[in-house]
Amino acid sequence: MSDQTGVLTTANLDRKQRRKESAVKTKNRKKPPLSHRVRGLALPFFILVIWEIAGAYGLISATLLPRPSEIFIAFKDLIRTGELFTHFKISLLRAITGFLLGGGLGLLAGLAVGFSSKTEQTLDPTLQMLRTIPSLAVIPLFILWFGFGELSKILLISKSAFFPLYVNAFLGIRGVDSKLFDVAKILEFSKWKQITKLILPAALPNILLGLRLSLGAAWLALVAAELMGSSEGIGYLIMDARQFSQTSVVFVGIIIFAVFGKASDSLVRYFEKRLLKWRDSFIG
Amino acid sequence: MTLLQIRKLDRSFQTGKSVMKALERIDLSVNKGEFITVIGPSGCGKSTLLKIIAGLDTRHEGAVMLDNQKVSGPSIDKGFIFQEPRLFPWLTVEKNIAANLPLKEKETKEKVSELIKLVRLEGFENAYPKELSGGMAQRVSIARALLRNPKVLLLDEPFGALDAFTRSHMQEVLLDIWEKNRTTMIFVTHDIDEAIYLASRVVIMNPRPGTIREVIPIELPHPRRKTDSAFQKIRQRVLSEFEKVEENEQSEAFQ
Repeated sequence: MSDQTGVLTTANLDRKQRRKESAVKTKNRKKPPLSHRVRGLALPFFILVIWEIAGAYGLISATLLPRPSEIFIAFKDLIRTGELFTHFKISLLRAITGFLLGGGLGLLAGLAVGFSSKTEQTLDPTLQMLRTIPSLAVIPLFILWFGFGELSKILLISKSAFFPLYVNAFLGIRGVDSKLFDVAKILEFSKWKQITKLILPAALPNILLGLRLSLGAAWLALVAAELMGSSEGIGYLIMDARQFSQTSVVFVGIIIFAVFGKASDSLVRYFEKRLLKWRDSFIG
Repeated sequence: MTLLQIRKLDRSFQTGKSVMKALERIDLSVNKGEFITVIGPSGCGKSTLLKIIAGLDTRHEGAVMLDNQKVSGPSIDKGFIFQEPRLFPWLTVEKNIAANLPLKEKETKEKVSELIKLVRLEGFENAYPKELSGGMAQRVSIARALLRNPKVLLLDEPFGALDAFTRSHMQEVLLDIWEKNRTTMIFVTHDIDEAIYLASRVVIMNPRPGTIREVIPIELPHPRRKTDSAFQKIRQRVLSEFEKVEENEQSEAFQ
């Protein structure tokens, strides 16, 4: 009896200790010391200051590299006229529609192929073949088929968003530990419970990774689609500004793409963190 | 009352062109509420035997009857504890025990919390497997099997990966469960002390082909002490059987 309580208390101690440790860890993670953040921000800030000063003294051409303050003014103007919002709205709509269509189909196809080796044999070779065709190479074909309108743009984005989710969902399902399948058999899981309680949760890390990659691919395809010819959207804004040598507006467009690309990625990573907190892996 | 009956069980594995006999003519009957431990050198087919009883291996000859019904596949009647806990890493302790059963139902919820008490894991209901030690995780998997009220609990070297200290604690927990629930247990191990400490009968197996050499009833009352002279006597007997097994092996090797 004495050794049991011994084990229990050491286990408790262990746990407390670990809690403390993890509490310390999360604290560190949430709030890196101020000096670290300052160090990280110092370089960009320094560059911006040099850039601004060099521009003000006319050391660099305003048409090639407008000053940060000019870019900011262009940004404010675009917001004031409501132009930026209109273009942004249409770009976002294209990206989301294309992503939902392509990513959704990719996820479904990945699940179907993952669940059944017969579906894999019929579907996978064709899809793998299509996967190797670069998106940029099919642009002329899409324009011939669907014209310059919304359809060809959305389809191009869908094509790009399809494959990352397809490949990763497939990989995730096939990666489920077969030892856990034995457990499911012994516990008499129904077919449905096997999918919802075993396969999908086990494949979730891969599916979420696919989601992130798909979002990134959709964003890239959006830029390509809008540059290939359109009359609205952030890509159009950039092309239009280029023709009139409004370099600061080009910069605003690029920054918008960067910020929202990062934001969508962070959103998925946030869900990743919440949904995958059970994972026991190296956190660096 | 006989719960499990194994008759003329044969199992061979095909490796390339040669056929390896893993089990030959195994006959064993187990009564309800018994604690059987199966012990033997590695390669004697003891894990194969357990898998066959569980219904995880059905390519065998001969009959395995549980409660007068032929075993044809895995089911919750035959709880199985693997060497590693095999928990679902994305579920908390409580949800791992419930697994496919709804925790929303009051009855399940109550039984789960009872079992958590039985395996001494109060306070860890909402912990994830990564936060548990090896012994704790194995106790979760035992609770998971017990929730389904199995007719027999099959344990395949469940404490093999644990340190000596945790191992003896786990043996206490298991005996405690056995005394409270009277669940029939079949426990495979390669640790002689563990086999004698737990069992009402110890089954000693021979390797290549796997056969039952000897079944030794252990009539010592619980709690047993590994240092008692009666315990040591039985230990000597089991050891001498083992030596005979080894001698056989060596003489066969010479031939």
